[in-house]
Amino acid sequence: MRRLSRFNLVSLALGLAFLYVPILILVVYSFNGSRLVTVWGGFSTRWYAALLEDLPLQEAALTSLGIAFVSASAATVLGTLAALTLTRLGRFRGRLPFAAMVYAPLVMPEVITGLSLLLLFVAVGFERGVVTVTIAHTTLTLCFVAVVVQSRLASFDRSLEEAAMDLGCPPLKTFLTVTLPVIAPAIAAGFLLAFSLSLDDIVIASFTTGPGATTLPIRIYSEVRLGVKPEINAVCTIFIAVTAVVVILASLISRRTERPAAG
Amino acid sequence: MRRAFVPRDDLDKPMVRFDAVTRRFADVTAVDQLSLDIREGEFFALLGPSGCGKTTLLRMLAGFERPDEGRLLLAGQDIAAVPPWRRPVNMMFQSYALFPHLSVAGNIAFGLKQERMPRREIKARLAEMLRLVRLEGLNKRKPHQLSGGQRQRVALARALAKHPKVLLLDEPLAALDKKLREETQYELMALQDRLDTTFVIVTHDQEEAMTMAHRIGVMNHGRLAQVGTPAEIYEQPCSRWVAGFIGDVNFFDGTVDAAGVDGVVVADTAGRRFRAAGTAGIQAGTKVALAVRPEKILLTTAAPDAAAMPVNTVAGKVADIGYLGDLSLYKVRLDDGTVVKASVTNARRFAASDIGWDDTVWLSFAPDAAVVLTE
Repeated sequence: MRRLSRFNLVSLALGLAFLYVPILILVVYSFNGSRLVTVWGGFSTRWYAALLEDLPLQEAALTSLGIAFVSASAATVLGTLAALTLTRLGRFRGRLPFAAMVYAPLVMPEVITGLSLLLLFVAVGFERGVVTVTIAHTTLTLCFVAVVVQSRLASFDRSLEEAAMDLGCPPLKTFLTVTLPVIAPAIAAGFLLAFSLSLDDIVIASFTTGPGATTLPIRIYSEVRLGVKPEINAVCTIFIAVTAVVVILASLISRRTERPAAG
Repeated sequence: MRRAFVPRDDLDKPMVRFDAVTRRFADVTAVDQLSLDIREGEFFALLGPSGCGKTTLLRMLAGFERPDEGRLLLAGQDIAAVPPWRRPVNMMFQSYALFPHLSVAGNIAFGLKQERMPRREIKARLAEMLRLVRLEGLNKRKPHQLSGGQRQRVALARALAKHPKVLLLDEPLAALDKKLREETQYELMALQDRLDTTFVIVTHDQEEAMTMAHRIGVMNHGRLAQVGTPAEIYEQPCSRWVAGFIGDVNFFDGTVDAAGVDGVVVADTAGRRFRAAGTAGIQAGTKVALAVRPEKILLTTAAPDAAAMPVNTVAGKVADIGYLGDLSLYKVRLDDGTVVKASVTNARRFAASDIGWDDTVWLSFAPDAAVVLTE
């Protein structure tokens, strides 16, 4: 490996610091014994213990996890179907508008997605709550699943399916026994991506939520407005850990898919 | 070359029959009114340049393409409407198409599991197949842990596992290097002899087709240009195109001057006169091409004795030499500018150094070495 020059080392350190010092401070202060956020009062896990008492926060966390799970599942199914349609049906009528619509949330500012969904729910008289947030998150994350799965399908060797049919496997069974297992890592990576996106979304959630359905990011945000409490640091640390695990898992899985699918 | 193939089935009931089959793609006719019979137990090669329709023909047999017109019979039954998963034929793919998520054993047993064969039988068949392609002990490996040659053998075993009536091979050796490819050719021939299964192979490599096949169908533009044994195709090509496609050849264009029982005399465009034997039924005045293979031309450095001047002799200067080791290919320019290729076997060491550039040489060939082509 090439040795790094001093200039490179310094820029690398500064870059990493820029990205991770704020997070590091948050993590360190979550173990602060003092009630004052800016004063170090010795190592303590008391704020983690305090979380066990904070029922509204726990409720918000459960709501968030539930929404993330359901919306990620729905987005995975719909996103995979969208990817299959885009790669397999060839040049059908309306392909371009369909692709544009699938990928729109990818480039659309979240505020606009959130606002338009809010208007929609109001217009049809849909009562806002957990269900609307779930639907909104499905819309948001579907395109990410579609991107991941479509890139895998693009490099998929169609002769694998022909080989399966040639060996006596009807089309639907071929899809289930050959296509699906081969693209499964991409689908799993898409699911985890959707899950973590839903978990940390605040913009769309705050547009589409209603009374009684508070997600964790919304809860944290509203508490911080009244001043940063040490418990929040503890919650955020746990949150970071969960997100990091999910994202690392997703990248590990998608790296496995990228390994040449030697045929 | 293969031992002669003796058809043992009823001549009216071939294993495969294409009956005036046509297949069109948008504005291209890939297969055009093609009729062909392939016999049971035969090793048949479809040979042709890329885009000639040979792969489409194979894919129609596998069921991935449907004929637009004509009938396709397998053992007497019309299979045009039978989907691939219900046909008693199996295909070995050019890319091998091994299932990456399954082991070697999983791949080979895939087809057997589809037909719900009992476990015990699957196990026995799997062992038989692994022995057949010499992959014992590798059954737990995944495809990406195998070498190219091993993958090729897994693909072959998988296609043979169901004991298909016809095995289809789509450029099966294209991905192997030259040495391995030659070895594998002989292995495939031995295997086919042993199994007695009908093999249909698609290839663009004429050496491969000549070595392995009992019969070759040479295809061009969706039609069969000629069907015959390798020797027939090489020594008695039916047209100028086939003669030029298979191997190397020299053409002398001309007109039949005199026709007799023992052959014809052809005067070519430069006024040279050649004798060709065994050409019954060609009238004087017919426009023909004489095709002579380079290895059938004798090249000498000394002028032949004027009295004993053999027929079909021309003189020229060496314009180019291709030294290939086992033989040398000489391009000789005649007086009128025609270039004739003659190959000489280097039976003696350093024999090739006897002849140099611009040397005057004499070329001659026997009357029965030339093929008279009317089309």
